[in-house]
Amino acid sequence: MSEMYRAGEHPDLPPPVETSGVRRWLRANLFSSVLSSLTTLVLAGFILWILKSALIWGMLEADFFGASFRDCASAGACWAVASARFPQYWFGFFYPSAQYWRPLLAFALLSVAVAPWLSESIKYRRELKIFSLFYPLIALLLLYGGAGLAIVETDRWGGFLLTLVIGVVGIVASLPIGILLALGRRSEMPVVRTLCVVFIEIVRGVPLITVLFTASVLLPLFLPDGMSFNKLLRVLIMVSLFASAYMAEIVRGGLAAIPPGQEEAARAMGLGYWQTMGLIVLPQALRIVIPGIVSSFIGLFKDTSLVAIVGLYDLLGLTQAILKETGWMGVKIEAYVFIGAIFWICCFSMSRYAKHLEEKLKRGHV
Amino acid sequence: MSDGMETEQGPEAAAIVLRGVHKWYGQFHVLKNIDLTVQNGERIVICGPSGSGKSTLIRCINRLEEHQQGEILVEGIKLTDDLKRIDEIRSEVGMVFQQFNLFPHKTILENCALAPIRVRKMPRKDAEELAMQYLERVKIPEQADKYPAQLSGGQQQRVAIARALCMNPRIMLFDEPTSALDPEMIKEVLDVMIELAEEGMTMIVVTHEMGFARTVADRIIFMDGGEIIEDAPPQKFFEAPESERTKEFLAQIL
Repeated sequence: MSEMYRAGEHPDLPPPVETSGVRRWLRANLFSSVLSSLTTLVLAGFILWILKSALIWGMLEADFFGASFRDCASAGACWAVASARFPQYWFGFFYPSAQYWRPLLAFALLSVAVAPWLSESIKYRRELKIFSLFYPLIALLLLYGGAGLAIVETDRWGGFLLTLVIGVVGIVASLPIGILLALGRRSEMPVVRTLCVVFIEIVRGVPLITVLFTASVLLPLFLPDGMSFNKLLRVLIMVSLFASAYMAEIVRGGLAAIPPGQEEAARAMGLGYWQTMGLIVLPQALRIVIPGIVSSFIGLFKDTSLVAIVGLYDLLGLTQAILKETGWMGVKIEAYVFIGAIFWICCFSMSRYAKHLEEKLKRGHV
Repeated sequence: MSDGMETEQGPEAAAIVLRGVHKWYGQFHVLKNIDLTVQNGERIVICGPSGSGKSTLIRCINRLEEHQQGEILVEGIKLTDDLKRIDEIRSEVGMVFQQFNLFPHKTILENCALAPIRVRKMPRKDAEELAMQYLERVKIPEQADKYPAQLSGGQQQRVAIARALCMNPRIMLFDEPTSALDPEMIKEVLDVMIELAEEGMTMIVVTHEMGFARTVADRIIFMDGGEIIEDAPPQKFFEAPESERTKEFLAQIL
């Protein structure tokens, strides 16, 4: 007992034998007691039953093609509503079908423009980034026309195209504006700070629908006679500003989490305000709030469906219009399930990418 | 205040001059009538109990804190609200913090090369060479590609010193550089600082390391309650301090 400890008396030992494995996991998590086994069985039965009904309704007894509801004779879902109007779901009712290649090309180029921002390992990253700066102009040219391409007025845009335009513009605009608002709110200049606070708090205090109504009904009244501007543009501005206010608060949370020493160290080396923010504070702050930023993007993307209320035929507006047609009386759920699936694919991809990004950045600096 | 272009030139121009400097945090009077002149190449150690204003004092020198009365001249340039001038002074005055404040999202090399590239507009390659040179001087060139979180506290603080030196400053401020370190790592940081002092760098060091003060300092300043109580060369400071408060303090810490 009274013996002295000597260095090296405790060699490194391997850890105890693995305590995991499928069976062990099942026992620990699903069948640890009679009650838990019972719960597991009941819930599993319930899930299977739901899956089975969904499979029968959505696949086995469903009709996939047809020109109207009358062609859907089976007991299951009537997917004909989606297949018969497939192109319109993508481009809207009125986009001239001869020009469908233009939005398609714009979609394809969008993925090219986005790629260098999402992946670091991509080839020609620099060149692609430069391309992405010009992408908005290219997309505008393709979708709207000009320079030899027939003009397609924005009120003829619809469906997924419109949803994507509003979503992407909102996302791309709200991040920088939100960052500026967040910095402004922390500014030492009272006028800047007050303006930012007032803007953020007003926008966050009203529902998006009222903002959209204001934009589409009230705003034209305030503008001088003869001056009107595009409804879509108004909606884009409003959605972007709306999302920016939320983004500002998310970013502010990130800024608050960065120790003041970081800014001090940067300033002490002679870096200016914008250098300090851009190189030191924001990269760290934004990294922390990636989940919040992506949630905001996802929310924004889904909120685009509200523009249906001011008469734009985005995915939702389009669906509602189709369901009102006599040929499709009786169909309801199928159309909503279909566009729900489109939204889900978009939003889920964003969420997965964010997760990947978080993990990658975590690896970056331990 | 004045136009900010005022300078005091001449071979005798002091590195730092503070005249009648006062500062308040709200109602709290942190710095009271501070007069201090630091000559080029002088090594000053500032000590005192916590809350005595010693950190605030050196943070006023590179304007991380603003003083409200009196004047501060750094290398003959008067500190005013002119942002250009402040950034100019900051690039001549290096600072090392208690909490290191390395940038966690940048590698050690990037931490060091950042300011030369962005402030001095040095080409990246030259800046990185310079950074490596200083990393060698603080004896951690092999850590250049790591991130700060992968280094020990002592190593991080040595990087912070190298980072400040990369700007080739004429004055170095140290704000309790060893207070956040494990005892085993204090020496490696102090060694670097001693080396720097021997090369003739103008240094102001806020620290409780009295051994360091004794060997390195030209003058030791004791502060309490926002005032300078004692300002004496080490021998006199330790053996025959004038004020009772200083004696009390020394009795506590020695």
